[in-house]
Formats: sequence, C-alpha cells, structure tokens
Amino acid sequence: MKAETREVTISVNGQRMTRRTEVRTLLSDFLRHDLGLTGTHVGCEHGVCGACTVLVDGVPMRSCLALAVQADGRAVETVEGLAPEGELSEMQQAMRDEHGLQCGFCTPGILMSMLAAERAGVSCAEACGDVLGGHVCRCTGYQGIRAAVRRRWATLPAARGEETPA
Amino acid sequence: MKPAVFSYLDPRTLEEALDAVGEHGDDASVLAGGQSLVPLLNMRLARPEVVVDINRVPGLDTSRVEAGAVRVGALVRAATVEKDPALADALPVLADAVRHIAHPQIRNRTTIGGNVAHADPSSELPAVLAALDGAVVLRSTAGERTVGWEEFFVSVFTTAREPEELVTEVVFPVRPDLEFRWTEFARHHGDFPVAGICCGLDVEDGVVRAARLAATGVADRPVRLREAETALTDAALGAETARAVGELARRAVDPPSDVHGSGDFRRAVLATLVRRTIETWPDRSQRGRRGAAA
Repeated sequence: MKAETREVTISVNGQRMTRRTEVRTLLSDFLRHDLGLTGTHVGCEHGVCGACTVLVDGVPMRSCLALAVQADGRAVETVEGLAPEGELSEMQQAMRDEHGLQCGFCTPGILMSMLAAERAGVSCAEACGDVLGGHVCRCTGYQGIRAAVRRRWATLPAARGEETPA
Repeated sequence: MKPAVFSYLDPRTLEEALDAVGEHGDDASVLAGGQSLVPLLNMRLARPEVVVDINRVPGLDTSRVEAGAVRVGALVRAATVEKDPALADALPVLADAVRHIAHPQIRNRTTIGGNVAHADPSSELPAVLAALDGAVVLRSTAGERTVGWEEFFVSVFTTAREPEELVTEVVFPVRPDLEFRWTEFARHHGDFPVAGICCGLDVEDGVVRAARLAATGVADRPVRLREAETALTDAALGAETARAVGELARRAVDPPSDVHGSGDFRRAVLATLVRRTIETWPDRSQRGRRGAAA
C-alpha cells in the first residue's frame, strides 16, 4: 500500500507553515521532522508521559495522539513560541529559579500545560495537582516543579494565586 | 512506534461519515478523540486500512438535558462534560466519573462516544451507563437504533456496534429519586481503576428505598450487582448492611488475574469500595433534600 499524503497548513507559534506529509504522520513528528521544531519532545508515544504536550487552538493535548492532518487549518503553540530566542518566559524563569528541571526532557510539555492553565485561570492547587499530574518527570520528584508553579502563580492576579499547596 | 500506512477520510457531514463506515466496514477504524485508538495505531496493535476521522462532522458535539435523560453527543469531550453546568445539575455523577479519566490533557480530547465504543473493561463511563440503565444510539446509512447497555457491551473492546455503524449519542437516564456516586481505586489518579463502582441510592429515614449498583474492572464488561441491589433495598444504612452488601458484591464477580493484580485482589477492592460507599452514605432525607439535586 502506497503511503497517502496530504498538504497540511498549520499556524505554528503564529507563523503559517505548509508541508506535504503522510496522513499517518503524528503531529509530534510533523513538528519535529517536517518543521524542524525539536523543542516538542517525544517520550512514550502513547499519551502517558506528557512530554509532547502542545496547544492546539489553545487547548493542551498530546501531539503524539493527534495526526498532523487533524491540525490542518488550526493554530499550534509549542515551547519554541514561549519566548524570543535567548530569553525565558516567566514560567521558564520560575522553573530555572526553583530547579524545576534536571534533564529537561519533560519540561516543554509541562510548560505548555502550565501556559494553558494560566490562561484558563486555574488555581495553583489545580495546576500543581491535576495539571502537573498529566506529566511524568523522572528527575525532580516534582518538588522543584511545584515550587516553580507556586512562584509563577504568586505573580498572577490574586484570585488565581491564593491557594498555595505545600 | 509509528502507525502503519492507512488511508485517511475526514468526512464533513454525518451522511459522508456514515457512507465511509458503510463502505469500509471492518477495514475502517473510527477516529474520535484518538486517546485510545492512536496509541493502538502507534503500537501497531491496530492496523486499519482506513481511518475515518469524525472530528469535523458537525452536530455530534452537543449535549441535551431532556425530561428523564441526558443525551450526550458522541463527540462531546470529557473535559466539556466536566465543566457543563447543565449536565452537572442534571446528572452530577457523570462529571464525577469523568474526572477519574486520565488527565486534563487527555480529557481535552477524549470523547464520550469513543470511550463507550472502545469498551475498555476498566473504563468508568460504561459502569455509569450500567448503573443508570443507559443506552447507546447507533446510526448507519440504513437507519438508527438504540441499544441498551447490557446488549451493547459484549466483551473486552467488543460491542454490539456493527462495522457499518457509528455511535452518535450516549443516553444517560436521569433518576431524580436516586443520588448517584462514583468511587474507584486506582494505583495512581488517572490510571484505569483496579475496580470502580457507580452506586445510586434513595434513602429515607436511614432506610434504602431503592438501589442501583454497577462496577467496572471486575469482568470483561461493566456489571450490575443485582443481588447487592436487592439486599440493599429496604435495608437500614449502616456498618452491618455495608459489610453484607460488600460481601455479596465480592461473590458476584470472578475477574481473571492479570499484571495489575490477582482476581481475588480485584474482588477484595470491589468489596471494600462497596462497603465504604455505603458506610459513608449521608442520609439527607431529614433535611428535606430528597429528590432534589440527586
């Protein structure tokens, strides 16, 4: 069976990108292989680890569980879009300040989930619990990541930052 | 871990989608949320010739609260169910159960129709459907039929859906006289549970007037624990009833042993869930709450 291809146009971090790709190409592989955006990491490839989490039309999801063709016409945000080259977003800075990463493999996915959580106005407790629960980190034991989330949330409007779980 | 080659169809109307599954039948896999199908594709445990992606089909992503039932479109996301105030009002147990499905990033994609159609024997919603005596609406080019949960769930990953049919709607009947609760035990939050139960009780002055009890994770499909229901009916809430009913639940099932634990372990977990749920059930009848916000 010959591999079927399609033209896929996605707005990636605000930039319109078009590539012809196989219909079976995962969104994660499209970002990494077709577009060269290797900031999105691929861990388990079955939706468990969360490293590949990106935002599609603002919604965090596993890019390893979506086909690139499904994102045609949609807006995708990846870790590359968080800050200009050489700079850090506030959440990235908080992760650095609090030792929220060691090897950094899981970090891009966590950053994307936290970006969506910030925008949605979820509480610090929910960000540290339910949202971070969707990510596997094998270095930090999560303490540093939770400290980074608390640091970041403390700078958000009071309604969001008020609960500060240990 | 990449999907094998397949042909991709993304119908833009329900008619086109029905034509696609009608034409390709067994050779096609229906892609809804993809949170179960795409892992199977990645691991090549599923190698369909055709993937029919129904995500661009309009009209399947809405829920309706009707007299007597909540009707959830097949493409409604789990995350939507969690946040829908009308659903929370009509059938709060639905959101309670949904919150136990994986993680927010997964629930943003998981669909109610896909969850039910996948028929994982440890999944939450099939047991909720069983407790409520719910049904699944199936459409094909030949027409529409509504199949009750007991007929729909056949075995592990196997349902009464014909290859030419699409799940279009899941129907959760509302019983205002019963208050329903979801309880489960999983090794980590978000994992498939070792066992889970959906319990519905109508309690008046400490006595159970009516009971529904369904379980997941303890058989090849969701089960109703009817002996336990009978034992609960007209029984006084309390430790003795809780223990006796938990024991009945344990004896009602015979799950196989697997990597997550022995069959006896699953039965013990089930018995404990049932016992604790009944032990801690609040009797709200004195406060005149009966019938309201069940």
